[in-house]
Amino acid sequence: MRKTEFAIVGAGPAGLSAAIEAARAGVKVVLADENQRPGGQLFKQIHKFFGSEAHHAGVRGIDIGTMLLQQVSQQKNVEIMLDSVVWGIFRANTSHTLGVIHNSKNIHLKARKVLLATGATENVLAFPGWTLAGVMGAGAIQTLVNVHRVLPGKRVLMVGSGNVGLIVSYQLLQAGAEVVAIVEALPKIGGYAVHAGKVARTGVPILTSTTVKEVHGKDKVEKAVLVQIDKNWQPLTGTERELEVDVVCLACGLSPLAELAWITGCKFTDVPELGGHVPIHNENMETTVPGIYVAGDLAGIEEASTAIEEGRLVGIAVAEALGYLAAGEAKDKKTEISSRAEQLREGPFGIARKQAKEQLICRSLSE
Amino acid sequence: MTLLKDGFFDPEELENLPGVPSKKRLIQGPVVVIECAQEIPCNPCEEACHKKAIQIGDSIIDLPILDADKCSGCGLCIASCPGQAIFVVDTTYSDKEAAIQLPYEFLPYPEEEQLVNGLNRAGEKVCSAKVLKVLNHKKFDRTAVITIVVPIQYAMEVRNIALR
Repeated sequence: MRKTEFAIVGAGPAGLSAAIEAARAGVKVVLADENQRPGGQLFKQIHKFFGSEAHHAGVRGIDIGTMLLQQVSQQKNVEIMLDSVVWGIFRANTSHTLGVIHNSKNIHLKARKVLLATGATENVLAFPGWTLAGVMGAGAIQTLVNVHRVLPGKRVLMVGSGNVGLIVSYQLLQAGAEVVAIVEALPKIGGYAVHAGKVARTGVPILTSTTVKEVHGKDKVEKAVLVQIDKNWQPLTGTERELEVDVVCLACGLSPLAELAWITGCKFTDVPELGGHVPIHNENMETTVPGIYVAGDLAGIEEASTAIEEGRLVGIAVAEALGYLAAGEAKDKKTEISSRAEQLREGPFGIARKQAKEQLICRSLSE
Repeated sequence: MTLLKDGFFDPEELENLPGVPSKKRLIQGPVVVIECAQEIPCNPCEEACHKKAIQIGDSIIDLPILDADKCSGCGLCIASCPGQAIFVVDTTYSDKEAAIQLPYEFLPYPEEEQLVNGLNRAGEKVCSAKVLKVLNHKKFDRTAVITIVVPIQYAMEVRNIALR
């Protein structure tokens, strides 16, 4: 049995930020991640981020990842365990024990506080032919192209015009692929107009009220059939058209990766604005299970920048709960972090998430 | 509104934006054109401008407001925009030509003096363009700023290039 004060599951932007803040206050931290490298999705994000200077706006995600890794490596009391799958959490009165497969060995890690920063999983879209080789999630394509520098194909159909679909389309173009079209089932583009504009001005058509009817190919994707849909999501017969493509990229949204929070007994609520079932949490990001915190996409699908702020918030809250920070000092820091997070939830793209987060926190008071 | 349907502006949508200079200002010389139409949390352009010609304010979702009289068209804001929505247009480049500075993130970069295709916001080729300058300062962080020369009537149309 190993012991630490604060165990973090997931070394993405939320987990790293929590580790940095907590360790700066003196907390002993173990950060576990199932991957070979820390950083989560940040190292696939080669585009410049939005926000203000305080949110590292204008800096590419990959460079924010490097910065966070540098900051965490400066903290002597943070241990990063890579290749470590956390498979279970067992509750005791004042602590939690994590079951971890580390280097193929099962170990138990006991911690007084736990942050679940497990991120998200991609939504898929099922259609005839969706199991053919070449139908891939946007995250897989970003990993192949931006991390391993491998193009999965030459002619890509992008399904989904949210920011992920638009950004991955742009990155595929940068890598030398042709994006034949972007289809969007809704009557309008989902992501930021500036992202759409970058792709549109290279000549990629964005087809709204359109979806994939089916994909054909012998052993792999050779052809996709598109169809227009009406406002009730019904296909309009006669509007089918065929595109020769070898990759169909699915960018149909994300869902919180919530298994660990479920088995820990956290209470959930379904919030479509936040991507589905999310653990109910309070303003400190603590769930209905005392000592179990959530941050980042698990706490509601948002951006890496909001995940960083939520992670920081948990780091401070945990340091306070463990007696490393006085209440007043913690309060000041939390207020500052929360206001930075709130800035990112302003405006037409953020307002639904802002309200949903506020309702979640209200709900936590009655649990 | 074509912006939300197709991903690019129609001319009327563009004219009303607070970051787009007046027609009167456009004929006076180099000036920035900020094609930013949505209230998203973002303000690096404001900080990039040394002349304080771009104002957003404390609420970072507000659209950038251009004070076109303060803008010299230096183009320092172009690479700062994470949305690549900022251009500089100089309709006084010559009697019949305009110079356009645009952000560019595709390799290989064009060479100076090279002839390329001028593309509009929908990616359609509308004219031939000559590359005047390729700037890739460290500060631009791998977003090159490319200056091209196009026939003057395309000054507010060409927003991208394609290498031949």
